[in-house]
Amino acid sequence: MTQKCWIILGATSSMARAFANAVADQGANVILAGRDMEDLKRSATDLTVRGVEAVAMKFDARDSATFGPIIARAEQMEGVINAAVFVGSMPPQDAIDADPRLIDGVIKDSHTGPATFLTQLAPIIEVRGAGTVVGVGSVAGDRGRIGNYVYGSAKAGFATYLSGLRNRLTRSGGHVVTVKPGFVDTAMTWTVEGMFLVAAPEAVAKDILKAVEKQKNVIYTPFFWRYIMLIIRHIPEFIFKKMSI
Amino acid sequence: MVWKTTEYSGWGRVRTATAELARPERASTLKNTLADTICPAIGNCRSYGDAPLNDGGRAIDMTRMNRILDFDAGTGIVTVEAGVTITTLANIFAPQGWLPAVMPGTGFATVGGCIAQDVHGKNHHKEGSFGQHVLSVTLLNGEKRTVATPDRNAGLFRATMGGIGQTGVIAEAKLQLKPCPGDVMMVTEQRAENWDAHLALLDASQASYCVGWIDATATGASLGRGVVEEAELAAGLLPKAKPSKSVPMNAPNFALSGPIVRTFNNAYYRRVPTSGRSSVKRIDEFFFPLDKIHDWNRLYGKRGFYQFQNVVPLDQADALKAMLAEIAGAGLASPLAVLKRMGPGRAGPLSFPMEGYTLAVDFPARDAAPELIGMLEDMTVDAGGRLYLAKDALATGPAIKAMYPEHGDWVKAVNKADPDHAFETDMVRRLDLRTAGGAS
Repeated sequence: MTQKCWIILGATSSMARAFANAVADQGANVILAGRDMEDLKRSATDLTVRGVEAVAMKFDARDSATFGPIIARAEQMEGVINAAVFVGSMPPQDAIDADPRLIDGVIKDSHTGPATFLTQLAPIIEVRGAGTVVGVGSVAGDRGRIGNYVYGSAKAGFATYLSGLRNRLTRSGGHVVTVKPGFVDTAMTWTVEGMFLVAAPEAVAKDILKAVEKQKNVIYTPFFWRYIMLIIRHIPEFIFKKMSI
Repeated sequence: MVWKTTEYSGWGRVRTATAELARPERASTLKNTLADTICPAIGNCRSYGDAPLNDGGRAIDMTRMNRILDFDAGTGIVTVEAGVTITTLANIFAPQGWLPAVMPGTGFATVGGCIAQDVHGKNHHKEGSFGQHVLSVTLLNGEKRTVATPDRNAGLFRATMGGIGQTGVIAEAKLQLKPCPGDVMMVTEQRAENWDAHLALLDASQASYCVGWIDATATGASLGRGVVEEAELAAGLLPKAKPSKSVPMNAPNFALSGPIVRTFNNAYYRRVPTSGRSSVKRIDEFFFPLDKIHDWNRLYGKRGFYQFQNVVPLDQADALKAMLAEIAGAGLASPLAVLKRMGPGRAGPLSFPMEGYTLAVDFPARDAAPELIGMLEDMTVDAGGRLYLAKDALATGPAIKAMYPEHGDWVKAVNKADPDHAFETDMVRRLDLRTAGGAS
């Protein structure tokens, strides 16, 4: 079997950690990339004890100087190089309303930062003729809502980027999976009110891995969010604009 | 904001609390959380009563602090974040030839919880308690970080083993694992037709792991009948894991009514042939038989249940038999009852184990249960035995203090480590555990 390597961006999140555990269980080596190096080193040791090669590397979506070393490291690794993007930030909408300059950061974290990284990675996938990119968007990107439309718009932009990247990589044997999680039980959502049907990060990771194996294009996880969002997308704008959901 | 108002309960679901919980996922967040509020830590809440509860206060959920920080494959010494579960350790290390030296009855217990209750397993008579295999603990108290070992900060270390979280947040622990030849168990089961036969089998056992399932509904000549399981770690082919199931909702009260329990117990007893039998089981299947049924506590309905567990000295076996007679006569018992012979091993002043016999029985939370349990508590005191804080929801402070002769030492160590009483929980307040007893 060909050796696989997964680059995990935003690897300190619980969803990313669950996904890293899942690919490590299958024997893939892992590059854990993110900002909190002390924490990433703990996760890397944990994966090493489980029997795979794991390293921690600095990745800051707002600092493109951190991208090059990760790409260089991946290039040295043998086999198929894959990447999973879990980065993103969601300041409360009222914080953004009070300081609109926050918007730049949200767009960098959730869209332009990872898009820049993936565009640098794409040639490696094309040269090797294989490799999967997992991009984690959000159901929030399907329609702008009063509660988090800046975050939603960043995720919508990222989803469109992923669609184009899929179009590009499929020509050379690569693949892109767009993942739209609903409510997941993470640190980001811990204190958010009004959550329902909350999924465990481990369940989401399992869904993503299955989608990678089956080369799905766009998945909702848990699956029923496809139908919830189908309904939400089809509410006529003249009604939707008066709703607060 | 990291605090979320949550209603939660112990595993028995009789006692509940509403508290603000934080659930850090990184060491830096844990540190910041404690800098914000010093409060007790909780794990997977597998203690039955109110040990994990802090009604009206705050608590730190440690279940996402669950990584392995270091492992030496040569010595079997592992350092972990305290939220890692026993099942995780067994799954990772058994294929590498190592196993937690002490495995409690549920693999969902976290290492922090195992230390806080100084838990024991089916090998207590050989290996002692969980805390006896802990090489060091890292305790957090606000900004302060203290490492305690059996040699360094020894008093604090001992007070932490079985110390129900009162010495600080257990953030990390270093454990000595035990070599294991493979990841299966060779299990021998034998019927014991009554109390005397049951004790005789337990007394005679030379096995590394030994436990008796007891039919706590059998009366008269069959009082104390059960099935004694003995097991050794072994190498062999791994039987396929059965998929886990879950109890989707609270069962109605008749689900565990007298006739149903008696019928179940009878069938459970008779499934083992009179000549006994041997089989190969998976490690998880042997150690954590109930973990395959997620949320099995819902079988007791929304009122929940009590688990009573005591231990009495070896020479008080007759007193324990008298207690069993009371239990069987009351007709309240559930299918889940265990009899085991314990060794002397214990790691701290509030550790449960003593050399003797331990009995654990579940009771649905019907009106008659507290009275029966109160009587059993009195009989345990008279027998010179003690109750297990991991299970208790009903005992009184004076009784508990009388059962734990080193309680006074523990109070001194704990009040020194936590002079502001920031780590107190509902259990500590109910039993007034942070005050030295006047009785002794």
